[in-house]
Amino acid sequence: MTSPTLPTTGGTVTTPPPPPPAPPGATEPLPPAIPADHVAMQIDGVDLVVPKGTLIIRAAERAGIEIPRFCDHPLLEPVAACRACLIEIEGQPKPQPACAIPVGDGMKVRTAQTSPMAELAQRGVLEFLLINHPLDCPVCDKGGECPLQNQAMSHGPGGSRFDLPKRTFPKPVALSTQILLDRERCVSCARCTRFADQVAGDPFITLQQRGGRQIVGISDDTPFNSYFSGNTVQICPVGALTSAAYRFRSRPFDLVSVPTTCEHCASGCALRTDVRRSTVMRRLAWDDPDVNAEWNCDKGRFAFPYLQRDRLGAPLVREAGALVEASWPAATRRAAAALAEAGARTVVLTGGRLTLEDAYAYGKFARAVLGSDSIDFRHRATSAEEADLLRGVVAGAGLGVTYADLDAAPSVLLVGFEPEEESPIIFLRLRAAVGRGRTRVFSVAPFASPGAAKLRARVLAAAPGQEPGVLAALRDPARDADAALPDLSAAGSVILLGERAAQVPGLITQATELARTTGARLAWVPRRAGERGALEAGALPGLLPWGRPLADPAAREQVATAWGVPADALPTEPGLDLAGLLAAVAADEADAAEAAAAATGTGAAAHDPADEPARRVEAVILAGVEAADAPDPEAFLAALRAVPFVLSLETRATELTDLADVVLPVAVVTEKSGTFLDWEGRARPFGQVLRETTSITDARALGLVARAMGRSLGSIEVPDLRAELARLGRWQGARPPGEPVALAPAPELGPGRAILATWRHLLDEGVLQQGEQALAGTARPAVARTSATTAAALGLVDGSPVTVRSEAGAITVPLVVTAMVDGVVWLPGNSAGSTVHATLRVGTGAVVGVAPAADEAGGAR
Amino acid sequence: MTLTPVLTAHWDEPDSYTIHGYRRHGGYEQLATGFAMGPDALIQLVKDSGLRGRGGAGFPTGMKWGFVPQGDGKAHYLVVNADESEPGACKDIPLMLANPHALVEGCILTSYAIRANWAFIYVRGEVPHVHRRLRAAVREAYAAGFLGTNIQGTGFDLDLVVHAGAGAYICGEETALLDSLEGRRGQPRLKPPFPAVAGLYASPTVVNNVETIANVPSIVRNGADWLTQWGTQKSPGFKLMSVSGHVRRPGVYEVALGTTMRELLGYAGGMRHGGEPKFWLPGGSSVPMLTAEHLDLPLTYEDMAGVGTMLGTATPMVFDDTVSVVKAITRWLEFYKHESCGKCTPCREGTGWIAGTLGKFEAGRGSEAELGMLEELCGQILGRSFCALGDAAATPFPAALKHFRAEWLEATHTPADESFDPTAATVLAAGATR
Repeated sequence: MTSPTLPTTGGTVTTPPPPPPAPPGATEPLPPAIPADHVAMQIDGVDLVVPKGTLIIRAAERAGIEIPRFCDHPLLEPVAACRACLIEIEGQPKPQPACAIPVGDGMKVRTAQTSPMAELAQRGVLEFLLINHPLDCPVCDKGGECPLQNQAMSHGPGGSRFDLPKRTFPKPVALSTQILLDRERCVSCARCTRFADQVAGDPFITLQQRGGRQIVGISDDTPFNSYFSGNTVQICPVGALTSAAYRFRSRPFDLVSVPTTCEHCASGCALRTDVRRSTVMRRLAWDDPDVNAEWNCDKGRFAFPYLQRDRLGAPLVREAGALVEASWPAATRRAAAALAEAGARTVVLTGGRLTLEDAYAYGKFARAVLGSDSIDFRHRATSAEEADLLRGVVAGAGLGVTYADLDAAPSVLLVGFEPEEESPIIFLRLRAAVGRGRTRVFSVAPFASPGAAKLRARVLAAAPGQEPGVLAALRDPARDADAALPDLSAAGSVILLGERAAQVPGLITQATELARTTGARLAWVPRRAGERGALEAGALPGLLPWGRPLADPAAREQVATAWGVPADALPTEPGLDLAGLLAAVAADEADAAEAAAAATGTGAAAHDPADEPARRVEAVILAGVEAADAPDPEAFLAALRAVPFVLSLETRATELTDLADVVLPVAVVTEKSGTFLDWEGRARPFGQVLRETTSITDARALGLVARAMGRSLGSIEVPDLRAELARLGRWQGARPPGEPVALAPAPELGPGRAILATWRHLLDEGVLQQGEQALAGTARPAVARTSATTAAALGLVDGSPVTVRSEAGAITVPLVVTAMVDGVVWLPGNSAGSTVHATLRVGTGAVVGVAPAADEAGGAR
Repeated sequence: MTLTPVLTAHWDEPDSYTIHGYRRHGGYEQLATGFAMGPDALIQLVKDSGLRGRGGAGFPTGMKWGFVPQGDGKAHYLVVNADESEPGACKDIPLMLANPHALVEGCILTSYAIRANWAFIYVRGEVPHVHRRLRAAVREAYAAGFLGTNIQGTGFDLDLVVHAGAGAYICGEETALLDSLEGRRGQPRLKPPFPAVAGLYASPTVVNNVETIANVPSIVRNGADWLTQWGTQKSPGFKLMSVSGHVRRPGVYEVALGTTMRELLGYAGGMRHGGEPKFWLPGGSSVPMLTAEHLDLPLTYEDMAGVGTMLGTATPMVFDDTVSVVKAITRWLEFYKHESCGKCTPCREGTGWIAGTLGKFEAGRGSEAELGMLEELCGQILGRSFCALGDAAATPFPAALKHFRAEWLEATHTPADESFDPTAATVLAAGATR
């Protein structure tokens, strides 16, 4: 018997154990037992035991037997169209496609290795595939990594006996601004069209025409604007689909590839980053069955030019009102002096984009070096209710609800969360689960977004602010009769809370209560890649690493020991969060104004600064923060201007570095290694892509500042920070309970008013997407949405421009009348023409004016 | 043997296509018989009759019906394949024009047997006159209470929809037809699942040819043994055979299976110039050609298979010696190239390559080496393609080469139009009788 070498993991195929050496004269050993639901079969004489239903091509893969394929893809339904995988099955007169036929008990398969019939058939198909294929491999993007090229080189004929004119088409055809189609190279494998239909749910592309003129095409007025379109380029087995971003840019053999993690959202996609001469050329989705399978979104794939744009070179310090370049020692000395002075009156805002290690360094710096607990990673609209949830439930909980749990969940309830826009891999996993027919998705939202529609989600309609009532109603025992509502008590059901849940008073309280009463599992899905890591690193007031409550002396003791500082060196009182910072600065300003008025009133000749009351906030450290992400960007900027000292650690010049007193340039994600924790709490470590960089991590910059202060942050190298975090481990003690928050009363809507609902599109004006025009071209256009009733009440016309106005500003975009709750107007959060926070300075739940743009222009109102 | 007028019995009556014309000869009387028998007995009756599918493959009809799972709680469908597009085949279209009610009655009986409440007739789009006539027949049947709800008080409901295709040969393939009927692009589906398990709208579906279904009422009326009085054990019954080409009286002849081509030629008045055919194809362009030496073989499924061809749709095309076999084969391959759906590689690429190379032979520019290459290419399509269209395309050339090698060698230096006067093959040729 042949004894093949097989991979030991995976479990798809197990070989029978080799028979024990039989003693002379012994009877034949019994054949090995075949596990239930498995069949015994043979490929090329190799005995295999594989699960029933396994396709022959998969069984051969696990046995290490090569079968060529073009249309086959393990994550797509079989089509058996390309016929490259023809094999011989004993007893069948014709060769059969290995990609479409499940194994059978006792089946004997012969591939081209052992069957002349299969070999001849495969040779024929390869020749047919090549006759009309252009010989442009030297200029084709796929050249060097092309399955057809590989197949032709290894098994193809040396020359061609096809002497007729080849099929030609004008090329390329732009399926979208990003995806370009070269129809001459297409082998009609339909991987792209099947992906778009089966996986992404965006069947914008389809095969058209017939016979030799068959092509992939789009409808004239509907470009291939799918958030997942880039995957089609990656799975194209030839160079027919190329991206505008990478077309003609590089050769695969010139690239150095590094496995990385996507920094764009909390989905945690495994990526491969390809670099040529210190420049990132492209990114591909990499294979991680537990997370992103083999897919990613177009933002993760294409939005990387920002890495190399507008980078800060040298440190900057403010001299006579202007920022000037300075040496690292000079800049860190300046920062050290100011921070030593400010001490515990320093607030650290880390944003959501830092790695776990960098966020941890900020937390350690704030508490151990400055003695301040004022650190907040949530640079967005937040609430104390959310902080309670994060401190009490999420932080330190380890791997919670996972992607695999979503695959198996009978009901998934989305609360303040649009998966397609905010966490695309959750969207893909849910869509696959829904397609398998065992999962139903429910969304508490004002309307069924395109993503919700593709999930066949049932929308539990709620105006912004009214969601807690919807959740409370789900706990009503009487609702059991309503099959249209989620049965969250079915084992494995999941509630996914998005970041917008924090903006509705009482929503998190109700979601927690719903999970408690039904037994459904609750998961918090932040939008940014660094948020879960920052939370675990303790970048939140009142929270030490891995869920340790600051208020707990034992927790403080553990952390102080790990940090090598006395326990009493750590702050004991919770510090300020973002909202607290703004309030404290406002109070400081009021005090200062009062003191100034008092000084004027007493007629003092000179204003003595020493007489000023002590400020609550003396310094702010900003790390990876954008002004536009603040709930009220203007107020945020005004507060920073009022703070005596601002230190910014940034990768590029921004509005905030402009007003900082010291700016320290730090590494972008490709210039360092680190870890993101995805929404599951799963560690997604990544390596340094660009090794030639002189940029340093945030942690190392903080270490320099600490040293200039005469203090030490300990080792600030990534492996050491990781080890320190690992040694600390998760908090096992009690957690602070949250304070229940009541539902806010519905606002009164005057005439011409509506409640604003808003969330961001995946592709929008985000700073990490800058510099990728082809990607921007596939973004969803900014439109306003209201119900037909509301449109009629407000005099709005479908398709006509509508103006949404707050006291701060106005946004005018076309209206799309949508089936949705009345009295609500929806706008995209940060799209071209609709930057809600920056323009309106209000967010979800605010009451805004809505009127036809014509009225606004004419000043009729 | 003689003609066996059953389906064609009353085609010469002026109102044969109306419900009155049909009922005058006992039409729709079989419904009561069938309803009284019950569905399972009806299936058994058709099984016993040995009726084989008239669409080309000759699959036993009763067995096909028996594959439909019963009591599965799903909707069942009957789909009639009326997409007659095979070059040379012209039997379903005359039948639907002259005797559409036989088909309608057959649909009702078949739907009752397989427990379908919806039936569809998928007519090829190029024959709007047939489409109109069928719709009129269906309207009449509704008006007479043979279609609709609670038919003849049995509680059986049936809606019959006449659907026009859009002109693709591939939609005659049953799964491509189902895709087309569902509103998709017509391309064949992966089998299994077979239509009997997951066909139209993923529900159990019987797909049968027009003539097959039209046979059902007469079997119900006369019994299984009645059908087996004609034909052979393996090919029982009678068959509409449309004879075309260089015969004096081309047309549809309803004869017993097992009739020889020579007899059929007799019905068709013999060759237009007398003598024997140069070559002929028993069942449309998709079957290998035969020559005069095969004229005395019975036209049955098994006898045709015995000489390496197929009975197919039993619609012989007959060619006399004015025809260039090179040119004929080239035309057919151009047809298959044009009609290849594009789904699978061998058919999509191979038909184009073969047609292009045949074009060189037609122009007198072929080479002997290319004859071998063409044979090889046909072998690389046959049995490798996704559906039978590829097999059909790979079929004509090898037989033509086997029988007429000299003519192919001549085509390496002489254009077909020089070897054969192109006008001589037409009806305009001097001495032509038609």
